[in-house]
Amino acid sequence: MIAHAIFFYTFSIIAVVSAIMVTASKNTVHSVFFLILDFISISCLFIMIGAEFLGMIMLIVYVGAVAVLFLFVVMMLNVAQQKNQWFAGQSTSKHIPVGLIISTLIFFEIIIVIGGWKYKPEIFDINNSLANTSVSNTHSLGQILYTDYIHVFQISGMILLVAMIGAIVLTFRQRSGVKRQSYIKQISRERVESVEVLEVQSNKGVKIDD
Amino acid sequence: MEYLSIVFQEVYKILFLLVPVLVSVAMIVWLDRRVWAFVQKRQGPNVVGPFGLLQSLADALKYIFKEIIIPSSSNKVIFILAPIVTMTLALIAWAVIPFSATQVLADINVGILYLFAVSSLGVYGIIMGGWASNSKYPFLGAIRSAAQMVSYEVSIGVIIINVLLCVGSLNLNDIVIAQQNMWFVIPLFPMFVIFFISALAETNRPPFDLPEAEAELVAGYQTEYSGMMYAMFWLGEYANILLMCAMGAILFLGGWMSPIDVYPFTLVPGALWLILKILLLFILFALVKAIVPRYRYDQLMRLGWKVFLPLSLIWVVLTASYLFYFNLLPVN
Repeated sequence: MIAHAIFFYTFSIIAVVSAIMVTASKNTVHSVFFLILDFISISCLFIMIGAEFLGMIMLIVYVGAVAVLFLFVVMMLNVAQQKNQWFAGQSTSKHIPVGLIISTLIFFEIIIVIGGWKYKPEIFDINNSLANTSVSNTHSLGQILYTDYIHVFQISGMILLVAMIGAIVLTFRQRSGVKRQSYIKQISRERVESVEVLEVQSNKGVKIDD
Repeated sequence: MEYLSIVFQEVYKILFLLVPVLVSVAMIVWLDRRVWAFVQKRQGPNVVGPFGLLQSLADALKYIFKEIIIPSSSNKVIFILAPIVTMTLALIAWAVIPFSATQVLADINVGILYLFAVSSLGVYGIIMGGWASNSKYPFLGAIRSAAQMVSYEVSIGVIIINVLLCVGSLNLNDIVIAQQNMWFVIPLFPMFVIFFISALAETNRPPFDLPEAEAELVAGYQTEYSGMMYAMFWLGEYANILLMCAMGAILFLGGWMSPIDVYPFTLVPGALWLILKILLLFILFALVKAIVPRYRYDQLMRLGWKVFLPLSLIWVVLTASYLFYFNLLPVN
C-alpha cells in the first residue's frame, strides 16, 4: 500500500505542477511539452486505478496524435516570437471576465460532482457496475459501450465525422496553376503519342507545336 | 527487506532483457550495413573482428570519445532530452514482448496497445531534437517526420484492429497463441504487406527516410548532434526498427511459436524462433533500403492517406463480416 501511495502522489504532483506550468511558462513550445507531461502522468494515474485501457488510449490519442499536432502548429506559428502580444496588449481586459466565468463554472461542477460522490454515494451506481471483476477492463468497456450506449456512441462518432468534414471544407481552397501529377496518365502513355521521329533537313530545323 | 529483494529481482530481469537488446542493436547495425553492401556488390565492414562483427563496437567507442557540441543558440534542456527520450522509448517497449509463454517481463492485459502507444511516442524524440537545434534543416526534418509518423500510425492502428478481431484479446501472448493453427500472415496477407511498409515509414527507414534525407536536409533532425548524443539517436532508431520487426513477428508470424508443430522443431526454445523471425523481417528491411529509391514527400502522404488507410479500413470490414457470418468471432 505504501508503494501505491508513493506512486499516486508522485504522479499527481507531477500532473498538477505540469498543469500549472502549461499556463505559467513563457515559451509556448515549453507549455506544450508540459501538457504532454500532464497527459502522461494522468494516464499513469488511470493505469493505477486499474483502467489500463483508458490509460493506453489516452497515451495513444492525446500524446501520440493530438499533442503532436499541437506541437506542430505551435512550432509553425512560432508564437514565442510574437512577444506575447495577445496577453500583454490592451485587449486582454476583454478576455479575463470570460475566462473567469468559465473557470468558476468548471470549479462548481467539480465541487458538485465530488460533493455528491462524498455525501450521496448511492446516486452513482458505480459500485454495481464495477462488481464484475472477472472480465477485463477492455471487455467490460466494450460490453457497455456497444449495448446500452450504442446510440450515444454512434452519435458522438457522427459528430466527430461532421466536425472533421467541416474543418476540411472550411480550409479547403482550389488552387489554380498548380501542376498536378496524374499517375494513370503517366503510366498509360504510349510511345506513339509522346515520341515522334522527324526527318530534319540541315539548316532548317524543326518546328515543335505547343 | 522484502521490497528490496523484489526490486533487485526486477532490476536483474530488466538487465537480462536490455543488455541483449542493446548488444543485438549493435550487431543489427553491422548486419544492415553488410546486407546493404552485398546488394551493391561491395564487402561492407569486414575489418574489425571476424567478418567485421566488432565494427559497431569500434564505432561506439569512437562516439564515446568524441566531443559533445551543444549549439549556443539551441534550447539546451530539450536539446539534451531529445536523444534520451528516443533511446528510453525504444527500450521500454521491450518490456511486453513475449519470448515464450512464460518469458515476459510484463504480461499486461493491454500489451499491444502499450506497444502501439510507445511507438507512437517515438516521434517526440525527433520533434524535440529538430526544434531545439534552432536551425533550418533539423526543423524541416522534424516537421516532416511529425507528419509522416502520425499518418502511418493511423494505418498501423487499423491493421492492429484487424489482428485483434481474429484474436479477441489485447494480450500479446494471447495473440501468439491464437496463431497456433495458422499464422495470421496467411489470411491477412495484404495487411502484412501494408504493416511492413508502414513500419518502414514509422521508423523513418528508406524509402521513407525523408526526416533525414541527406540529399536535401544534410541529416535532418540529427544535423546538430555529435558524439554520444548522436549515437543515442542512432541506437534508439535501430532499437525501434527491431521493435517494429518484433511487432510484425508477433502479429503476423506467430511470435515464439515454431513454424511446424513437429518433434525436432518444438525442442528449439521459443525465444530463438522469435529472434529468427525478427531477423528475417530485419533482412527484408535492409534489402528494401538497398533496392528502393526515396519517395517524394507528396507521394509519401498520398500512399499513407489515400491508399493504405482506405485499404486497411475496408479489410477491417471484410474481416469482421467474414468472422461474423461464419460464426468465428472469438468469444471468451
